[in-house]
Amino acid sequence: MKRLLASTAVMLALALPALAQDYTPDPAAKPGGSITVTYKDDVATLDPAIGYDWQNWSMIKSLFDGLMDYVPGTTTLRPGLAESYEISEDGLTYTFRLRAGVKFHNGREMTAEDVKYSLDRVTNPETQSPGAGFFSAIAGFENAGPGGLSGVEVVDPLTVKITLSRPDATFLHVMALNFASVVPKEAVDEAGADFGKKPVGTGAFKLAEWTLGQRLVFEKNADYWRPGVPFLDSVVFEVGQEPVVALLRLQNGEVDVPGDGIPPAKFTEVMGDPAQAARVVVGGQLHTGYITLNVTIPPFDKLEVRKAVNMAINKDRIVQIINGRAVPATQPLPPSMPGYTEGYAGYPYDPEGAKALLAEAGLADGFETELYVMNTDPNPRIAQAIQQDLAAIGIKANIQNLAQANVIEAGGAGTAPMIWSGGMAWIADFPDPSNFYGPILGCAGAVDGGWNWSKFCDPVLDAKAAEADSMADPAKAEERLKLWSDVYMGVMEQAPWVPVFNEERYTIKSERMGGEDALYVDPVSIPVNYDYVWVKE
Amino acid sequence: MAAYLIRRLIQSALILLGVSFITFFLLFVLPADPVRQIAGRSATAETVENIRQQLGLDKPFIVQYGRYLGALLQGDMGRSYLQKTEVADLILSRLPATLLLMLGAIVCELLLGLTMGIVAALWRGRALDQTLMVTSFVTVSAPQFVVSLLLLYVFAVKLGWFPIGGYGTFAHLVLPAVTLGILGSGWYSRMMRSSMIDVLRADYIRTARAKGLTRARIVLRHALPNAILPVIAMIGIDIGIFMGGIVVVESVFGWPGIGQLAWQAIQRVDIPIIMGVTLVSAFAIVLGNLLADLIAPLIDPRIRLR
Repeated sequence: MKRLLASTAVMLALALPALAQDYTPDPAAKPGGSITVTYKDDVATLDPAIGYDWQNWSMIKSLFDGLMDYVPGTTTLRPGLAESYEISEDGLTYTFRLRAGVKFHNGREMTAEDVKYSLDRVTNPETQSPGAGFFSAIAGFENAGPGGLSGVEVVDPLTVKITLSRPDATFLHVMALNFASVVPKEAVDEAGADFGKKPVGTGAFKLAEWTLGQRLVFEKNADYWRPGVPFLDSVVFEVGQEPVVALLRLQNGEVDVPGDGIPPAKFTEVMGDPAQAARVVVGGQLHTGYITLNVTIPPFDKLEVRKAVNMAINKDRIVQIINGRAVPATQPLPPSMPGYTEGYAGYPYDPEGAKALLAEAGLADGFETELYVMNTDPNPRIAQAIQQDLAAIGIKANIQNLAQANVIEAGGAGTAPMIWSGGMAWIADFPDPSNFYGPILGCAGAVDGGWNWSKFCDPVLDAKAAEADSMADPAKAEERLKLWSDVYMGVMEQAPWVPVFNEERYTIKSERMGGEDALYVDPVSIPVNYDYVWVKE
Repeated sequence: MAAYLIRRLIQSALILLGVSFITFFLLFVLPADPVRQIAGRSATAETVENIRQQLGLDKPFIVQYGRYLGALLQGDMGRSYLQKTEVADLILSRLPATLLLMLGAIVCELLLGLTMGIVAALWRGRALDQTLMVTSFVTVSAPQFVVSLLLLYVFAVKLGWFPIGGYGTFAHLVLPAVTLGILGSGWYSRMMRSSMIDVLRADYIRTARAKGLTRARIVLRHALPNAILPVIAMIGIDIGIFMGGIVVVESVFGWPGIGQLAWQAIQRVDIPIIMGVTLVSAFAIVLGNLLADLIAPLIDPRIRLR
């Protein structure tokens, strides 16, 4: 930190809390051992530029590193492959100083060229990365292609300078995303399109075995640059496992972490058994489940109608449907997200008030509409609860029970009047309030095919959001969060969404698993931070 | 015989072509966009269009289908949109598991189904017959998920006789194969029963009985070979079901078969995988039926292939 602060004469350094760099793993932790983790769905890819699924997100985190990282179990940034960084006063230039002597799994030392190559690769349209858009602030993003990004420059083998075309207060979070992982060019060239099956990174684990459709084995990277981690010698992932069966195998001592959690049908039974409940870790999640009201489809173009729907929904009852594994939501941001407006109660549950609002809008007799929902449990049951709540104020909502891809299609095309977001709901990519706005509430997402299913577009709020994201100066962090809070309060005034609940995570683990609880509900490495957990025997 | 075989092979090829066309067309008109699945929720409109162009999904249907068919005829099933892996590799890696389970399941189905059918036919109208037929009705209508879980719970979790799901040894195969055997035996037992009853009424059975042959010999030597014919044809259809439609049993027992691959691909509109699995299943059905037809004259010399 000293070196960083010494250079602030002309450059402004974003100081991190001292603790951030000195995370001390559990002193009781013992190295060695192997754990078994199960998932229902197969692992599609381990290419950090492509992977964007529930199961591969944390796996990729353990195989690769980016310039930035998070303190385990928290949302606090810490440097990763970068040893230090400096931000210019105008917030447009980031200079990262890399750690020396970091080796890829193939034995070669990582350099600034690799950082540039990786950022060029993820933004190159030919890579088809679902995360390319996160890097849009980097200069030259519009012309990204085989030629690379003009804004990423190798200064010397251990220094890389990134120039932005506009200030981006979230840029360090972006550099901590899986999509910003550093990959070695020669390994990508050699594997070609199969890089996702033959990943080579700098991470705490390396891929030792992959039997397609059955299992993957991660093996400890003995040369890992963070001393002392990982603790486990190996992690075995078994895929294609039904969550109910995974739980039975856990109870039988064959599985250590069922990656898909506790299935709804077994939840009461598990929580009712003190021995099992003691092994469940509960944590918040950067998630909001919501109903979108399409402001371009009458009568949802009327503010009174949208407010009425907000007041008609009994959120407590919906939370009961999912065994109480959530808290009712008042606003788009989840409570654990910076920028969340404390003390804002949201729209009250008030069917009478809702009816009065409908009458005000000239719809005293109600109307008929459609509610789109994804066809996997518990979403159809939640949709039925919404349907009943709406019926109570005279709105007849017909449920359209469809496969995920079809709901997303209808939402993007703007043909769905109402959508319950369950199964497709927004989980933050990184812990910053801006991540809940652009694609889902901003004008940019309100286009054909965008994820803003309300098609809500308010240029005034958009301008405010843009202003907030340009406040890269850490001294203005508080002011920036206040601005974001204003943006979301502005959204609530216009009610394009009914925020319904914020899911909590319930992770169950085997008796022999060690490490602090926070590692099992890590907000970034979902579901488990494999690098820091350990086994007791 | 040769002429028959050639004609049947040409027919089979045409069927497969038709299947590929219809499936491709249905996926084309499906209101779900594969590009949006690839591009993810944070993609800009330009990114989406760019990917669409790269995959050629902006082209008219007939061009897309032509390209697919052209590549397919050269043995190229394409790469998965989301996994980026060769579809052929994905299918091949799961084919052994699917074939093994299919074999095990058909053996169980036949053992259970044929026995039940024969016994029911011999004691037709009696309590035993009625019990067996009700049982077969129950097994046919039983939900796969429940039966699978029940057997798993009793024999793997409680009694510990078999592993709780997985793949690799004979012990892993038993429970999923028996589950499928129980679920599928109803069809076979009903077909076997009615076919057997027909045969038992035939003149040559009466003759055999008049000759004073033992009941066991009549049933095994004279009735069974004739009654079993329609049942064999059914195996061909069964193969098709097993190639594509046993997702639930596969996922309860953690069996790495093709069904799981197909199911996940359908969820994410991964067209190359859906096409690949559909064509492989269609191929298996066509082949199964062809084999059933070719075997028939070996069992019953009256049947001539023309």
